[in-house]
Amino acid sequence: MTSSRRAILWVALAVAIALPLIAAAQSPLLQWREPVYIIAGFAGIVGLALLLVQPLLITGLLMGSPARRIHVWTGAGLVFAIVVHVAGLWITSPPDVVDVLLFRSPTPFSVWGAVAMWAVFATAILAAVRKRLGLRVWRLGHSAAAVVIVTASVIHAWLVQGAMGDVTKGALCMLVLWAGAWALRRRRVWRMLR
Amino acid sequence: MTTPNPTRRTVVSTAGAAFLIGASGLTRPARAKSLEPTPTMRGGANNYLPGAPIVDRIGGGGFWTTGTVRRAGDGAPLAGRRIQVWAHTTEGHERDARSHGAVLTDANGVFRIEMPQIVPAFGQPHGHLAFDADYDDGDFETVFLRPVLARASDTSLHAEFVLRPL
Repeated sequence: MTSSRRAILWVALAVAIALPLIAAAQSPLLQWREPVYIIAGFAGIVGLALLLVQPLLITGLLMGSPARRIHVWTGAGLVFAIVVHVAGLWITSPPDVVDVLLFRSPTPFSVWGAVAMWAVFATAILAAVRKRLGLRVWRLGHSAAAVVIVTASVIHAWLVQGAMGDVTKGALCMLVLWAGAWALRRRRVWRMLR
Repeated sequence: MTTPNPTRRTVVSTAGAAFLIGASGLTRPARAKSLEPTPTMRGGANNYLPGAPIVDRIGGGGFWTTGTVRRAGDGAPLAGRRIQVWAHTTEGHERDARSHGAVLTDANGVFRIEMPQIVPAFGQPHGHLAFDADYDDGDFETVFLRPVLARASDTSLHAEFVLRPL
């Protein structure tokens, strides 16, 4: 990829992530929320944004050789964002979060969030022991988990009536789906099934 | 006249269908004028603070929560029943005591309480309502409701309690 095309991609990525954050920061809902609730909500948006960064990194679109190492670090950042998201919501309303974690919440989006969270945690554990797994198990496991993470996270984010603006949220969700599907196709993981 | 000569497939499918209809309760007779009790909703009791005071209005008001309280079976209105209401509003979180208040039903089993505007929290604009047997004569079962506003811009919420006698 030429450096000018890469520069355009970087700018597009920055816009795709900055616009939802700016729109959410303008939400009237924030004025009726405690700081810890606001931080929890924005940690969720950051997590969704990292789901756009991850596939672009691993396919080498954003940069050359250090991309894979950074992919690991942004993966750790995703785990951290989820922990902040859930912990902040827990402090805001413990019984609602307990209901979600026990899969008995009345809200339809929360089960998707819980599934995505466990898929991310499972991926982190897989990544920690990947040397012992072998390439085939690792790549198939990580790819399957990534499909679950991307799909469940997008459904979760889309169904939530929160601080995110509908247009910027929808656009970010579409980009996350597209980037995930594109990376999966590019990496041709299904070869490992043979 | 032809004699029915069912195949094994016909017998099995007919018996299966009969079993399904029976097991699914579709043959239950329609009971005229029998009102089913309202079940407690999932998450309905979340952030409940028992014993909120009976008030004319929670905070500054501007939003109306209304409803009825009736007896299961005959649907008779229940007067003087205490309903507690709480929500995440423009004036506080669900866990804040100032977001809670209670009201009594009138002679027609109707209650209405003014409160601050409900705003979306935890992904949905919703309210909480409780009929708590511990704060009543104890002749009806406790029920917690968690109705969701159709639109976040709605300025009222309606809930109906049908209580099961103990």
